[in-house]
Amino acid sequence: MAKLDAEGEQLRVGVFVCQCGHNIAGTVDCEAVAKFSETLDDVVAVFNNKYTCSEPGQLEVKNAIDEHNLNRVVIASCSPRMHEPTFRATLAGADLNPYLLEMANLREHCSWVHMGEPEMATDKAKDLVKMAVARARSLEAQDEMIVPITQKALIIGGGIAGIQSALDLADAGYKVCLVEKEPSIGGIMAAIDKTYPTMDCSI
Amino acid sequence: MADVGRHPNIELLAYSEVENVAGYVGNFTVTVRKKARYVDVKECTACGDCIDVCPVTAPDEFEEGLATRKAIYQPFPQAVPSAFVLNIDECLGNNPIACGKCLEVCDKDCIDYDDKDEHVDIDVGTVIVTTGMEVYDPTELDEFGYTRYENVITSMEFERLINSGGPTEGHLIRLTDHKQPKTVAFIQCVGSRSENKGNPYCSNICCMNTVKDCLLIKDHYPEIDIKVFYIDIRAFGKGFEDLFQRSKEKGAIYIRGIPGEIEEDPETRNLKLYVENTTAGGTDCHEVDMVVLSVGVHARADSDAIQKLLTLQRSQDGFFLEAHPKLKPVDAATQGVFFAGCAESPKDIKDSVTQAGAAAARANRLMMQGKVSVEAITSTIIPDLCKACGICVKVCPYNAISCDTKAKTPAVVVEAACSGCGACSAECPFGAITMKHFTDRQIEAQIDAMLEYNSQDKVLAFACNWCSYSGGDLAGTNRFQYPPNTRLIRTMCSGRVDKKFVLRAFARGAPIVLLSGCHFADCHYINAVHWTQRRVEKLWDELEKKGIRPERLQLEWISAAEGQKFATVMRAVEDLRQKVTPEEIEHTKKALAGVLEPPKPKAAAKKATEEEAAAQAAA
Repeated sequence: MAKLDAEGEQLRVGVFVCQCGHNIAGTVDCEAVAKFSETLDDVVAVFNNKYTCSEPGQLEVKNAIDEHNLNRVVIASCSPRMHEPTFRATLAGADLNPYLLEMANLREHCSWVHMGEPEMATDKAKDLVKMAVARARSLEAQDEMIVPITQKALIIGGGIAGIQSALDLADAGYKVCLVEKEPSIGGIMAAIDKTYPTMDCSI
Repeated sequence: MADVGRHPNIELLAYSEVENVAGYVGNFTVTVRKKARYVDVKECTACGDCIDVCPVTAPDEFEEGLATRKAIYQPFPQAVPSAFVLNIDECLGNNPIACGKCLEVCDKDCIDYDDKDEHVDIDVGTVIVTTGMEVYDPTELDEFGYTRYENVITSMEFERLINSGGPTEGHLIRLTDHKQPKTVAFIQCVGSRSENKGNPYCSNICCMNTVKDCLLIKDHYPEIDIKVFYIDIRAFGKGFEDLFQRSKEKGAIYIRGIPGEIEEDPETRNLKLYVENTTAGGTDCHEVDMVVLSVGVHARADSDAIQKLLTLQRSQDGFFLEAHPKLKPVDAATQGVFFAGCAESPKDIKDSVTQAGAAAARANRLMMQGKVSVEAITSTIIPDLCKACGICVKVCPYNAISCDTKAKTPAVVVEAACSGCGACSAECPFGAITMKHFTDRQIEAQIDAMLEYNSQDKVLAFACNWCSYSGGDLAGTNRFQYPPNTRLIRTMCSGRVDKKFVLRAFARGAPIVLLSGCHFADCHYINAVHWTQRRVEKLWDELEKKGIRPERLQLEWISAAEGQKFATVMRAVEDLRQKVTPEEIEHTKKALAGVLEPPKPKAAAKKATEEEAAAQAAA
């Protein structure tokens, strides 16, 4: 039976199983994972995408949110450290709070590390989606805090990299504070005679 | 360099160190210690009168110790700021009997023996870490005899000898007899690509530096013979192969093989290099006048300090770790912090400049928006449950929580200062702190879902977002294979993993629970990981008292760079899982059954009931 979330809204979870070309589908039976997802509580729509992160993939997510009135989204693809910002933006584009997204990592933590064991990997993928749906069901919308940015940069180290960064930002109009440990900037570069590939002086 | 000194937008704090960083993206407050220089930077014109009278001589660091300087000196002629510095440890001091000569001759009165370190606070929105690297010291490599044989020098010393501004005014000489060498040998990969002493990685710059040095010698002294001993010549950059070929055309001879031993002829002070020629085969002996060790580079020894201040991570080679090796190569995982140059990995000037431009562009991209949204993962106090015990105040690494324990008023979280580790929530004995987006309910739902069926076959692993989870990602990227029995639950910090999560997992039939977080030095939340360790140690005792083998709860520190270790740990926990018997699991379930009972009504629930009753009565 469909549950209500904290706001009293009926839970409607959409699951998107990404094949990532052959990266996930080469080991994990994505269709079986999708089919299994349909049996999970409050899941009202399941999709199997070739590349969920691609433009058409994201469009499918957006359309599904509209069409199925989804209020929780589970994307079973790669690491959230890779594409969570991508899909949060997708949700925001569909007027859904970005924090109502949960990802299941079927690539880095499953298909790529269990390449010789497709059946076990598929079982694990199912569990990962099940856990993601369980978590998604209790996710709550969050408002991000907007903070102002001080228009000044700190550069730590006055070698060639620090010098270049400082000049670029200063030329762009920002105030820059360049901190150097030694009595002079220049770093190791300053001690070098000629530099390759131009064979000219370093300073 | 001079542009930096005169740019109206650049404040240059030379001879200064960053000592503290507080705040977060867009709003960092940085404390910088300006070290006492004993010379007024603004007034000093670098006239040099003080140098003439200073009686102290010391090795000149800039000249690699190949020349001397005075106790008051300019680091090098083009130094920026163009001002002198006084080494107070070497100076004889402001005692008219002992010295005080520089003070007497300085017309502008810019010398102050009583100068003190000064602290300044600077507010900045972004930080670029360009701390550079250090050059490898080959003294430990006995086979090359560096420091034992005077005519064996490093490539940095060679730079000073061939430099027209250097101690010999650019005349290449041997250190023993000050004569021009007839034959010079270069040995490549010194301190690089070695599994024993030195570093395992390629230092990137040394091949081309040697090619350049060969051309410099041949330009100045076509008659000097050059032999380069190498493993591979890596001339992969734009224009590099041309330079390499040109050095061969000019007569540099490249011999594939690294000398196993160098011997010095005690009379001539020439050097005999014994080497296996791996192209032609056979062992040869080459006698040369001078050997240049083409030394590699390594991460700075003082990287730890910056790492802790900005909660950065480092890869196994010691250099700072980028947020993503391909897609965010100049971003740190800490928002608003960027890397450029050799702080991130060994690289040449062109790559440093390129990366510096990229880092500046990334910082610009953030700052030009004027505002930034901060992830809504912070803690909130439930005032009705808070007993004002003050534990959370002690736990918080950011001093983001305040609580008046005497007045017994509920604790307060300053959201802007909270970084979202969740250690407070896990340590609160009254369940009065909710961690947004990583609530108890959300994490418990994952635990329950994972262990609903076939729990005996699975290992539950908690992994922190920044290190262990990323280590798992790296294992994936590298295709390190491990058994498919583990299921990861991601939290921002291992400090978020509440004791009750672990007990719940065991009560649900988990054979093994793993907690994995950052190494202490890598903790993204300053020191929140200490709470993980303390909690696990207490849990081990508690499990033992309940007759549960403490080994079933594992604790491992895995960094974002340790994909290999992640896979090894996953194999180890699977081995442990196989040793847990069904009887043991059943016993644990019974022993911990109480954990799964619904919590007793607390103050909040009671209050809600009262309110409801009041509302009903009113109706």
